[in-house]
Amino acid sequence: MEQLQTIEFNDEQAMLLESARNFCADKSTISDVRSLLQDELGYRQDIWDDIVQLGWTGITIPEIWGGSQLGIGSVLPVIETMGRHLLSTPFIDTTLAIQAIMRAGDKSHKDCWLPRLAEGTVATVALLENEDWGSNDLQCCVEPCGNGWVLSGAKMMVPYAHCAELFVVVVGHQDNVALALVTRDQLDESAISPHVLIDETKRASRVDFSGVRLSHEALMTVDTIKATQDLRLLGALMVAAEATGSAAACLDTTVEYLNTRKQFGRLIGSYQALKHTAVDILLEIDSAKTLLYQAVTVIDDNALDTEQEIACRMAKTQASEALAYAGDRAVQFHGAMGFSYECDAQLYVRRAQWLQQQYGDAYHHRKRLASLLLD
Amino acid sequence: MMNDVTKKDKDEFRREFKSWLSAECVRDPGFILPETFMEVGSDQQFEFLREWQYKLWSAGYLGMGWPKEYGGGGVSTAYQKIVDEELAAFRAPIAINAVGLNWTGPLIKDFGTEEQKLRYLKGILSAEDIWCQGFSEPDNGSDLGNVQCRAVRDGDEYVVNGSKIWTTLGNYAKYMILLARTDPDASRKYDGLSFFLAPMTVEGIDPRPIQKLTGEYGFCETFFTDARIPQDCLMGEEGAGWRVAMQTLQYERGAEAGAAGGQIATVVGVDRVIDSLRSVQRDGQPILDDPVVRDQLVSFFIRWRVCNLLDIRSAIPALTSDYPSSLLLSRKLIGTEFIRALRKFTIQCHGANGGLYVGDEGAIEGGFWQRGYLNSFSATIGGGTSQIQANIVAERVLGLPKS
Repeated sequence: MEQLQTIEFNDEQAMLLESARNFCADKSTISDVRSLLQDELGYRQDIWDDIVQLGWTGITIPEIWGGSQLGIGSVLPVIETMGRHLLSTPFIDTTLAIQAIMRAGDKSHKDCWLPRLAEGTVATVALLENEDWGSNDLQCCVEPCGNGWVLSGAKMMVPYAHCAELFVVVVGHQDNVALALVTRDQLDESAISPHVLIDETKRASRVDFSGVRLSHEALMTVDTIKATQDLRLLGALMVAAEATGSAAACLDTTVEYLNTRKQFGRLIGSYQALKHTAVDILLEIDSAKTLLYQAVTVIDDNALDTEQEIACRMAKTQASEALAYAGDRAVQFHGAMGFSYECDAQLYVRRAQWLQQQYGDAYHHRKRLASLLLD
Repeated sequence: MMNDVTKKDKDEFRREFKSWLSAECVRDPGFILPETFMEVGSDQQFEFLREWQYKLWSAGYLGMGWPKEYGGGGVSTAYQKIVDEELAAFRAPIAINAVGLNWTGPLIKDFGTEEQKLRYLKGILSAEDIWCQGFSEPDNGSDLGNVQCRAVRDGDEYVVNGSKIWTTLGNYAKYMILLARTDPDASRKYDGLSFFLAPMTVEGIDPRPIQKLTGEYGFCETFFTDARIPQDCLMGEEGAGWRVAMQTLQYERGAEAGAAGGQIATVVGVDRVIDSLRSVQRDGQPILDDPVVRDQLVSFFIRWRVCNLLDIRSAIPALTSDYPSSLLLSRKLIGTEFIRALRKFTIQCHGANGGLYVGDEGAIEGGFWQRGYLNSFSATIGGGTSQIQANIVAERVLGLPKS
């Protein structure tokens, strides 16, 4: 049953948020975003280098491996801010790969990878094999081979696979789940086939891992079932942060238009059909933000407990729906302009369709919340 | 001294109060009780709740933070907070004299003369003197500055003419906080208003109960016909009524502390809805196993959590910088619409029994949910309708033009 919840936000997090706001506003204007839509890499290398310089790739990494150990709760406000400025990079995916190694890796995995990831090596998590986020079936698996392993099978929707140096691959392993660490030099160029995504600010590919040989140490097999469940929840939470930020930016765009466009001699924002809907969108975004920061408050480096799971799922549910609503109405309220590629509403409505699916849509999470809250 | 309450003191007090509560509190008197002070519809309900408040006060559990000389407990408000938490958890009946306990009392305590404090405060706590509020008028709902009810000075009295509406407990009240126009020629309409602690017992005041959509009573329309009230019941200076009224609203909206305690409304959350659905069947199975119902209940759970966290987030400046006033200006809209929607959904889930009402033996919890849904509109309409609230948020938060 519902326990008393709270939100806490410390000075360190507030400073990080402030610096993220300044950075993103400066580096990612709408024209910057548009200039990258057809770009192969999909982001600017110099901006990724800046992000690394600012220490953001090390936020969740312990100090002994070169990070600042502020925890996952401190990375979420940064992601929200990136979402607010549509600044797309492999940041979420690298952070999730870091979490995979921290939650399932032993000391040698951490020694090998965490310092490099803190220093900006791009990583990603290869999880999905078909359209079903609720499936636990794994066709992609490892078999023993000599002193090590050999992989078979493919993954789809692998974010930023086209530029990742490290792939954390969720694989079947003797009726269990394991996390395989695959490096880029182990893959043929033909193994990576980019998808055409509805959100043109994002990049993802199908990756065929068949035939990749792994050393014995490159497979993480301890606590991997729980770690994989938690990775799905943390992925959902990070996407929730990004969607919450994007929804607020979308509302700004709509409100600006309602305050400038005139029809029948009046600003269209004076019509209640539009202004009341704008308020509905604001309330959905405020709800998303409240749930996001409640999750920020409870999340930590330990294996996720029920309260933390509830917080992640609520945040993702609400953020998905807030952005989907904001994007949908943004197009409609821009009228004929909204139907054009030139109008920024398309950036948000397209992003909404991509982000709502990432790590499960609202219905997927509500279905699981029902068991947690009602039974 | 006020803050010198240790955790041990608190725990001990909580234990003591809980045991008093379970021994002394009657939750079910055998007839349906009002959920808020605005819903007292029968003498039976009124007498029961008045006795309950008297009992709570005479045992020392009401007005604990108010000074002793005015009938209070003279101890830290931390104790009253514990009492209020336990009353809510126990689903105890409400404290009926809400206008007195929560806004008139604090106003008199903080701004009244010594004589006013001695005359009024104790009766507020004991429920011997019930208070009502005379602000809204039939033609001036949200537009309080436009109050037309007239009060004309005549010797050491004021002569009042006009009418007030939505006077909660008007037919039981001994006193009214009355906002009336003393100077119709003032250059600003706000400067012509005065604030009275008016007796309801003088000749010429006629509170007529209004039947609500529930079929019950609870509000009055109050008519004044040459009603003569003594000059000394003026609160503040003549012409300062607007300022006093705004101060009163600060207490009413909970923006300022000082309330005597006790609950003014029953708290209904999603947990209580689930309790009410435990025995309900749909398609031959428990309704709580129905996937569509489950999905909706989870959505209500999410909204409920958002409502509970709203004030907490709004107190953190770094997390409200996008739209700084958003949460404060939308809290009434969010909270009241949530309750209305939750009530409506609950009745839908009750199957055929959802169509039964208070008075039918088969009505679930005596018709609590049906009556509660109908009454929930008092909050989505009173104090500025949801549609007016949406205009306020659109204009003041999003900066959209006036309609």
